[in-house]
Order: sequence, then structure tokens, then C-alpha cells
Amino acid sequence: MTKPVNPSSLVMPNGTTRPQLRIVIVGHVDHGKSTLVGRLLHETGSLADGKLEMLKAASARRGMKFEWSFLLDALQTERDQGITIDTTQIRFRTQSRDVVLIDAPGHAEFLRNMITGASQADAAVLIIDALEGVRDQTRRHAYLLHLLGVKQVAVVVNKMDRVDFSEARFQAISDEISAHLIELGVTPAAIIPISARDGDGVAALTDRIRWYHGLTVVEALDAMTPAVALDELALRLPVQAIYKFDDRRIVAGRVETGHLAVGDDVVIMPAGKLARIRSMERWSATPLQGEHGAGRSVGLTLDRELFVERGDVIAHAGSVPSETRRLRARIFWLHEQPLKAGASILLRLGVREVRATVVAIEKAIDPGKLAHVETREIALNHVGEIDIALAQPVAADSYADNPRTGRLVIEVNGRIAGGGLVLAVDAGRAVPRDIVPVRSALRPEERAGRYHHDGAVVWFTGLPGSGKSTLAIALERRLFSIGGSPILLDGDTLRAGLNRDLGFSADDRRENIRRLAEVAGHLARNGHIAIVAAVSPSRGDRAEARRMVDSEFREIYVSTPADICEQRDPKGHYAKARAGALQDFTGVSNEYQAPDAVELTIDTSQIAIGDAVDGIEDMLRRSGVLRDGVADLATTG
Amino acid sequence: MTASHPQQDRHDVVSMDHLDQLEAQSIYILREAFARLKKLALLWSLGKDSNVMIWLARKAFFGRVPFPALHVDTGKKFAEMYAFRERYAKEWGLDLAIEYCPPIDSVDPTLPPAARSAARKTEGLKLALAKHGFDGLIAGIRRDEEATRAKERVFSPRGVEGGWDVRDQPPEFWDQFNASPPPGAHLRVHPILHWTEADIWAYTARENIPIIPLYLAKNGQRYRSLGDADITNPVASNASTIAEILVELDGSTVPERAGRALDHETEDAFERLRVAGYL
Repeated sequence: MTKPVNPSSLVMPNGTTRPQLRIVIVGHVDHGKSTLVGRLLHETGSLADGKLEMLKAASARRGMKFEWSFLLDALQTERDQGITIDTTQIRFRTQSRDVVLIDAPGHAEFLRNMITGASQADAAVLIIDALEGVRDQTRRHAYLLHLLGVKQVAVVVNKMDRVDFSEARFQAISDEISAHLIELGVTPAAIIPISARDGDGVAALTDRIRWYHGLTVVEALDAMTPAVALDELALRLPVQAIYKFDDRRIVAGRVETGHLAVGDDVVIMPAGKLARIRSMERWSATPLQGEHGAGRSVGLTLDRELFVERGDVIAHAGSVPSETRRLRARIFWLHEQPLKAGASILLRLGVREVRATVVAIEKAIDPGKLAHVETREIALNHVGEIDIALAQPVAADSYADNPRTGRLVIEVNGRIAGGGLVLAVDAGRAVPRDIVPVRSALRPEERAGRYHHDGAVVWFTGLPGSGKSTLAIALERRLFSIGGSPILLDGDTLRAGLNRDLGFSADDRRENIRRLAEVAGHLARNGHIAIVAAVSPSRGDRAEARRMVDSEFREIYVSTPADICEQRDPKGHYAKARAGALQDFTGVSNEYQAPDAVELTIDTSQIAIGDAVDGIEDMLRRSGVLRDGVADLATTG
Repeated sequence: MTASHPQQDRHDVVSMDHLDQLEAQSIYILREAFARLKKLALLWSLGKDSNVMIWLARKAFFGRVPFPALHVDTGKKFAEMYAFRERYAKEWGLDLAIEYCPPIDSVDPTLPPAARSAARKTEGLKLALAKHGFDGLIAGIRRDEEATRAKERVFSPRGVEGGWDVRDQPPEFWDQFNASPPPGAHLRVHPILHWTEADIWAYTARENIPIIPLYLAKNGQRYRSLGDADITNPVASNASTIAEILVELDGSTVPERAGRALDHETEDAFERLRVAGYL
């Protein structure tokens, strides 16, 4: 099946090349990843001269039995502790192809290194200890392979010698892992019983596993294929840079998918500008001709002067990426601080860098656990789905449309902290284009001079029946009576008109809040005090409202206990919801997320409305919304 | 899937072979480094790998290398290497910066002799960093050369002292690189990390890139890897052309750095050098 070769020779002497396949070995710690790699190299005669002796000496020096893993665990600390810390790569050759083996660490602590290794692979071998069976990291690695887009997976059940080569034991593990993988949408290419230490099942089937009639590990690797042809997808050429080293203005980038040629009409996204490719420049020869496809690093000149910048995406007319400021993504998280709704992050979509806010977190789980318990934040080494609002529009694709451009990473303090796949772009809502906002001619000081206050948004949040509307109406009366310009925006009232197309799903609630914040922010910027009374149960949605309104936002949490709210039930909603006649009702079937930090908290079961409004007025005065002139007016008038 | 474009079916796509793919990936990395770092230099050791790297930079930037080529000079290189430097710095239009290494006394005395000699280069590198304030150094190391290099990142952060923290390398995937070194520290950028020794030779032949003649066999010996003259040994070989080198490599199981004394003194000598900031 294999022939001995120098591991470093990939290019044949005559200049031809053989297909190359990159395979990552993953699985739980101590299940034998590095041992399998060592055994594979040995069986294929790919070890460098003197390497075996060196490994024996290194093992003996530590008083250990011979360790195959020392071949890859090159770091002193790895050998001393007998663990793989960082991923590594090594090459060997089978009959049909050259293989780059990527050995990934199995410790949860080094998951970032496993991802670094696995992200480069065309296919994976998932290793499971026959004695220990499927463990946390087995499941976690399987889940991450699926997130990283590695769809070809062979499973090996290792250390069969430790279970007396029991067919029944093999079958039990085989059934469990198959079910798990199929749930993730992965069909295992093979499930192979082996002993990496002794060699059974690696390059040959032995008598000890005579009940097994499938592929050996080497045969399974030979049957895997390199990743899909990206040429066949729509053109995506993200712009890396614009170079003006001489009189040429060269747009440089790499074709991620599709292909292009001189003379093509292209669209530069997200701005949607049109141009034609004038030339494809190259050093040291004459400009390129012909169609150039995925993977090619190119330099274009265009037929007209356009403002093009790093992060723009060049596409063909008719198959352009979306222009969007909203994304939904499924991500894995590698930072010690959990990712929370409201977090401000730096996003990288290909070469585009953009500031963003995590609007909401859904389906956060630990993929290593069998029972998927959902959490509200995404912890280290966990996964989840997030909604992201971008500070500026970008060109984006979903992963389903484009596996290269439909993925993103998140950076925290200049270091990659997570990554994932774009599930949806824009959530179906059109982004305004060609709109030129007109600003009011009145200056803020003119308005403040009349109203004796600056513009603001006072946002009441709390359970249904907590007293938000009562407080809002009382505050409106108070501000009006002292000469101000309050405007009440009641959530239910707006739902009867402006928001009547929205229901109570998470997406619709988010859009409801966005519109409220948009209107309230507009009023505030024009000098009024917008008083919003809305349940607004999602902490992430409120964080987004605060971000939109900015420094004029004042949040008041009406914290009246739930049992009292339900007793009051002014609109009869609790009773209906309890009877099952009202779906998604916050306080009964939908959870309310209490705020962490607000400008003011009021429990209307503890304080009279008049006193509460005094407290709000005081807060507005202290935080610089109400000016002294208003107080004078109140006492003298 | 997004609908494919009608223009796409006009011609066949020009196919890319293995070397084209390696080249395109390296160009991508070099352009990312140039876009994201403020003050870059390319470490030019004059060897086959760094000559390929300069070639790739000229491809990436359409004929010019838009940052200095830094030669950290131990003063103990082969005469052929100095001749090569003078000639091609001019021919290739390089902005050549030379940094002379400090004397051997300034180097960690607990290192074995050859490693200690090599560690002078690390000291020279530190001097250059301090003098020029580079935040990125482009280096021509490859994964297949040596086991600790196989664990490297493409963008590899270094500490303020220039050290490599192998226990805490950041994640790197999907060609997304960590390019924000903390103040005072720098990044190593490795644009040919994914190449092999045979790839380097095949590409050198295809592109007709000049090499130092010491790589080709004379009197039954040639150098596979070039370092300081006093700690680098030739290997037995009759390969007097690049084509013959490729044939020789195809049947060989002798590691590339077999002639580099510093790799073989103790098990961890090379790792200690690298942790301290060696290439």
C-alpha cells in the first residue's frame, strides 16, 4: 500500500505534483493521537534516519517506556509532562498521494490549538480509547469538526489490546459515536478497531481483529478526497490592499471562490459600484490572460477611478454578496471571559475589520456534555448562536452560500477569541441605500432654551403589570407641568400602529425594540424627552437600544415582584397566559432578563407613584438632562 | 448556493499546480503582513529559503520589496555568501540593512558551543529591533525543517524580550492572523511555513532564482543548509544541479539540518534557542 519516502518530498523530481491531503487527528486526551501518528509514519517508512534511536533515548532518559508521541511532542514541556500542547504537522506518502498529518492536542486547555490544526484539514481521524469510550473531548472535537467544515471523518477505536480485542466492545462504541456524528450531520467514512501501539488495523488487519472486515487506517486515508472545488461558486475577491508603487493603481487580493478574467464587469461591494477589469498585473512577466480561479492571488486594474478600500469584495453583477449590518452566526468561543449579550467586539469577515455589538445570544451550550443545557452567555470552549449588529455595512455571505466568505472571527484585545459560521445575513430586512438624511435647522441650544432640558430617552423596562405605564404617564405629566416637552411612547400603543406587523418571537421583539429606540432617539436628538414604556425583556435588545440612542439613554428598571404584577394583572394577560390562551407572554411562558446596571430601579409595591416620580426627576437633574431653569419655573409658576 | 455567473462558462479556468498554490498562499500572507503591521523587515539570511521569500515579496508587490531586507551578520559566513549579498541587494533593488552581531562573550554561557555561537544571531536581532523599532519580522522558516518549527504559527507573537511563549500561542485559523503585538513587542511572520525543502528547490528551478553555489556538489560534497562557516558541515552528495538535488531528496531520509551542529548538541538546544528568540 505504501512505499518508504522522505517525508519532505512532495514535489516529484520531474516537477509534477501528486494530490495532497491534509488530515487532522483529534480526540480525547490520552486516547492515543500522537501514538497513531508515530505508528503511521513507522508503517509507511517515513521516519528520518536516526529518529527511532533518538526517540528511544529520549524515552529512556525520562525512565519511560518507548513513546511514539515523542516524535511530534517536540517541546521539552510536552515530553516531560507526556502531553501534546500545540498542534504540529508531519508528512508521509501513501501509494496514491502525499499526506500532511496534523496532530492536535486533546486537553480542553489547548482547544485553541486543536482548532488551529483542524481548521487546515480536508479530513479528520477521530480517535477513541476502547476502554474509556466516548468522552467530553471526543464529543467536543466532533462538534468543532462540524463547525470548522471538516465533513470527512474516519473513526478509530484504539487500544483494542486493552479490551482483549472484544468485538462487542467495539460495536458498542461504534454505535454510540455513529449516532452522535450523524446528529451533527456527519456520516463516518469508516470505523476501525486498532491498536496503535502494536499496529493492528493501522496498515494491515491482523488475526487479533479477524472479526473486522473493513478498511485499515491507511486505506481509509487513501479513500478520502481533498476539499471541494471552489472555482464553481460565485466570484468573491476580497480586496487586501490598493498599491500605487508606480503609475498603476493595483487592487490586490486573493480569489476566494469563483473566477475572473480581463474584461469582466464587476460590482464592488458593499457600495455597489460598477467597474470593468482592465488588466491583471503580474511581476515579472506580462499581464495575465485567461480565467483565474479560487486560490489565486491577483492584482487588478479597473477601467475607472473608484474609491475602493481594503475589505471591499469584488463580485460579478447578478451574484453579489449581501450588503448588511446584521448577521447571525454559530460560533465557538476560546476566551476566558464569556461572551455576553451587549458585548462590544471586533469582527473580521475575511480581510474586512468591523466593530460590532452582540445583540443577543441563543443556544449557548457546552458541546462536550451529553445533555445540552442552554446558558445565557458563551463560556470558554463552548458554542452558541449570536446576533450581531455591525457599526457599518459590509459585504457578507451565509456559510451555506459560500464556505469561504461565510465565516468570521471575533477578536478581543487584539487576539482571536472565537470564530464561526454565518448562518444568516440581514435577517430578511432591507438596508436603506441612497438615502441622504436631512438635518433640522434648529440648534440643540435653541430647543433647550425653550424646554429647559436636553433631549433624552427615559426607558422603563419591567414585567407586565409592574407599573411602567403608570409611571410613564405620571412622569409625562410632571415634565409637562414644569415646562418641558415629554412625549410618551407606550410599547402596546405602538404595536397597534407602527409595529403592527410584529409578533412576539425573539426576532420580532428585537425589531420592536429597535423601532422604539429609533423613534425615541430621533425625538431625543430633537430636544424632547421620549418616555418609553415597554416590557423589553431581552438584556441584549436593551443594550442595542442604548447603543443606538447613546449618551441620552436613561434606563429605569421597574422591579415590582412578579407575584404582585400577576395579582394586579391590569390587562388580564396573566390570566389568559396561564390558561394557555396567550403564547410567548413575558412573566409566564417567556423569561424576563433583569438588567445588571441601570440609572434607577423602582419597586412600585414599595413606593408611592408621586414619590417615585420625584426620584426620577432627581435622577434626570443629577444626570444633566433637566436644567436649573426648570426648577425655578416649577417653584415660581 | 448563489447562482453562478454567465461569464464563468466562457473558458476553462487556468489550473494551478502545487507550486502555484504555495506561491499564492505566501503572497496572501505577505500582503496581510504589509497591510496590518506598521514597520516590517524581511530577514535575509542569503540562503535558499530567504531568496525564495524575497522573490515572493517581489511577486506580491509587483517587482519591489516595500520594506528593508535585514541581514543579521555574524561576520562568520562563507565568502560566497557575502559576494551574493553585495550582488543581489543591488540587482533586486533591496533596501539592505545590515546588523552586526555582538561578540560571543555577551551570549548565555550555559548553552553548548555551537548553540551559543548561533545565539549571537538572536542578540544581533535584538539590536536591530531596538535600533529600528520593527513591529514585524518576516522570517523564512518552514515546518518540515525541525520539530519545534512545525508547531509555529504563520503570525507568531514575540514577547517584549523577543521570546516565544510556546505554551500560549494564540489560535490561528481560516487565514485570520493575530497581528496586534503589544507595545514594545514584535511579530514574526512566516510566509513559507507551509513549504518543504523540495518545494523550495522546485520553485527556485522553475523561477530561475539565483542561489549561492555552495548548495551544489563539488568534489562529492555540498551544503544542504547554510549557517556560520565554523558550525555548518557539508553532506556527501553528487548533486550538481537543482534537478539532481530533487532526485537526491526523493530518496533521502537524512534530515535537512543534519549538517547544522547546533541542532544535535542536546535534546532541547534548538528549542531553548527558539524560545529566546532565535528563528
